[in-house]
Amino acid sequence: MTETSIIISGFGGQGTLFAGQLLAYAAMDYGKEVTWIPSYGPEMRGGTARCIVIISDEKIGSPVARNPFAVIAMNVPSVNMYEPLVAPGGYMIINESLVDQKIERTDIQPIYIPGNDIAKELGNIRITNMVMIGALLELVQVLPVDELKKALDSHIPERHRGTLPINFEAIERGAKFVQEVLAEKV
Amino acid sequence: MVSETNNATLVYERPESLTEMPTFYCPGCTHGTAHRLVAEVLDEMGIRETTIGVAPVGCSVFAYNYFNHDYVEAAHGRAPAMATGIKRVLPKKMVYTYQGDGDLASIGMGEIMHAAARGENITVIYLNNAIYGMTGGQMSPTTLPNMKTTSTPLGRDVEVAGYPIRMAEIISNLDAVSYVVRRSLHNPANIRKTKKAVKTAFQTQASGMGFSMVEILSSCPTNWKLSPSKSLEFIEEQMIPVYPIADFKVNPEIKNIKG
Amino acid sequence: MVKKLLKGNEAFAEAAIRAGCEGFFGYPITPSTEFLEHMAKRMPELGRGFVQAESEVAAINMVYGAACTGKRAMTASSSPGISLMMEGISYIAGTEVPAVIVNVMRGGPGLGNIAPSQGDYNQMVKGGGHGDYFPIVLAPASVQEAIDYITLAFDLADKYRSLVFVIVDGNLGQMMEPAELPPMRDLDFITPEWAVDGETEGRERRFLSSIYIDPKDEEVTNIRLLRRKLEIEKNEILYHTEEIDDAEIVIVAFGTAGRVASTAVRQARQEGIKVGLFRPITLSPFPYKEIEKLADQAKSMLVAEMNTGMMLDDVSLSVKGKIPIEFYGRMGGITPFPDEILDEIRRINNSPPTDTDFNAREAWLDRLELIIEGEN
Ligand SMILES: Cc1ncc(C[n+]2csc(CCOP(=O)(O)OP(=O)(O)O)c2C)c(N)n1
Repeated sequence: MTETSIIISGFGGQGTLFAGQLLAYAAMDYGKEVTWIPSYGPEMRGGTARCIVIISDEKIGSPVARNPFAVIAMNVPSVNMYEPLVAPGGYMIINESLVDQKIERTDIQPIYIPGNDIAKELGNIRITNMVMIGALLELVQVLPVDELKKALDSHIPERHRGTLPINFEAIERGAKFVQEVLAEKV
Repeated sequence: MVSETNNATLVYERPESLTEMPTFYCPGCTHGTAHRLVAEVLDEMGIRETTIGVAPVGCSVFAYNYFNHDYVEAAHGRAPAMATGIKRVLPKKMVYTYQGDGDLASIGMGEIMHAAARGENITVIYLNNAIYGMTGGQMSPTTLPNMKTTSTPLGRDVEVAGYPIRMAEIISNLDAVSYVVRRSLHNPANIRKTKKAVKTAFQTQASGMGFSMVEILSSCPTNWKLSPSKSLEFIEEQMIPVYPIADFKVNPEIKNIKG
Repeated sequence: MVKKLLKGNEAFAEAAIRAGCEGFFGYPITPSTEFLEHMAKRMPELGRGFVQAESEVAAINMVYGAACTGKRAMTASSSPGISLMMEGISYIAGTEVPAVIVNVMRGGPGLGNIAPSQGDYNQMVKGGGHGDYFPIVLAPASVQEAIDYITLAFDLADKYRSLVFVIVDGNLGQMMEPAELPPMRDLDFITPEWAVDGETEGRERRFLSSIYIDPKDEEVTNIRLLRRKLEIEKNEILYHTEEIDDAEIVIVAFGTAGRVASTAVRQARQEGIKVGLFRPITLSPFPYKEIEKLADQAKSMLVAEMNTGMMLDDVSLSVKGKIPIEFYGRMGGITPFPDEILDEIRRINNSPPTDTDFNAREAWLDRLELIIEGEN
């Protein structure tokens, strides 16, 4: 498949839109075609914030997809909303710190990752989103994980540069978590 | 402990004029408070069943979901015109608009001025939060000088964007209006005074004395980028100096109706 | 220049600036507000005109005034705001001054919602304001195209002293895509000879208005506007095609619906279905002749839109009953998914329609009701 659709969904304030943008930057810098569309408008305040990112080797037609190949679900409503929609053979990366339930489908692969806990351990709950996309790229090998770090390095606003190391760490921890889970399965 | 509950006096009860629908306002937003005050007044005056509200376009666009009485939803700024239409065919009903500063003082300046100039027998509840809340924090006509908004990223420059518009003062100059005051929601004492004014405004209408408006200073923590408590301080320290709390026009006969 | 990841509305605004826009007048409305916000930041920085107007009525009249001076002027809004501008739009058309208007369309009618829609097709393409006039309407389908066509819009507006609408839906306004902005244009425009620029020294005074009290004069104006429209039709038709050469089924769709259809076409091709895409870029002038030519080659057409089939009527006029036309649309702020269009392609491929005289809308409504039931 040359086209990968990814949805990142959570509460407003969980950094889902930014995580999607970072993914889009990384894809573009890596030479891929990419689109990013957020849910927008006042309904976002306090409610769900989600975005869809499509990454492709070819010019992208539809910027929306009914059955995303991978979903990062940062909270319970996102799991409930997207479990039925993920494409068969696709992935769900679930923020276990906030989601106390397992999915029922067996034709998609879930990863339960304690995103908030890992972020807290690193000292900043706001980098949960970085943990999650680190995990995503380790699982769905659409771009090398390192591309995220490069993208962050080249697009982070100057005043946030100081947070680069901790963001890098979060991405790595997410990726490592997935490596370990996959290793256990083998 | 059961006994404690038994002894407690009921301090909070949902007014009948509000629905059970939880409001979707941001934390610390005063729209909810204002809704409640209006609802309490309608309850106290026993006019819930004979009142028609006109909702604006703005954060309170869904006001009709929260108020448990008849409501219509106007196009942006046109609420006073719509209210006029309603009142002219149903003169015995109580009719009020509920509007924000963008809705009333910007796009709807024409409609509000002429409704007031005609002395329409309606009540206007005007929430001034000095910003466009719903569209994400652009400048409104009542934005304070130097205040940063997304469309005045360097702060409101009065040289190019002009000065705040004091609607209560302006409207009070029109001959036909009966009751125009400004109040604020920044602390409990002022909330109580606001409620009194809202009641007087509706009483003015009920006795057929014509146009009444209560301008209510309100907060928008989300777009002011302040915490809810800092927002209340902002009203007190920054807004009130520009928008003094006062009675700008009170028809002398109002004394009599209030009894 | 390298491509950057650009956000729709901001990129469109920057494109307008680089095309030499010297006056922007607007009023906030979702999903176009970032356009105004970008202008609020950039125009004063560049010493150009920016006003957040008190309403769209005022905004369009500010554009009208600025346009009369011969400067490049514009506004951007979304459906309800555009409705409010209709009076000014008609005056601008009647005065024959160039102006560019971007409409980031949302679900309607009425206050509707803020979700993406193509429901303003008729309002934009067929006029909307009073009187006989013909705006140029461009419908880009990507951030890059929007940048390119906003630039073109200013050129066409000047060339024909015409109103040019650039219409996109909320998806395009809100999305991010890699794209490239053109370099900043010098403001070395030659003031047109009609412009009321206040430089009367050594020339007769100038006067611009849309009033022609004597019906004979108004008719002359109507004729001039129509002649200009015919000339624009000859010169300026734009469209994009994919897989069209051997296509037996041709999909006609614009903007985001065209992009969604593009994905469906590629998927259907993999299944061996001979299907292609015709995506009009100028909705006015409409590519009637080009679509008619396709009707000579293809066996059927499918029109896909995010409305109740507004462009369908123009496609029908083009096809002249030569082949059957089917329709698929989503409304209310809903963007169709590629699989919906793919299902339509398969259906048409499996049982090719033969009747050229049936009611495509009615048949579609019956199918749609089942689809909506299935979704709920
Ligand atoms: C004709 C038209 N233009 C623009 C809009 C977009 N719009 C919706 S609410 C709003 C501003 C509301 O601000 P305000 O009246 O101050 O109320 P608040 O949201 O702060 O309560 C705007 C510009 C619209 N709905 N209709």
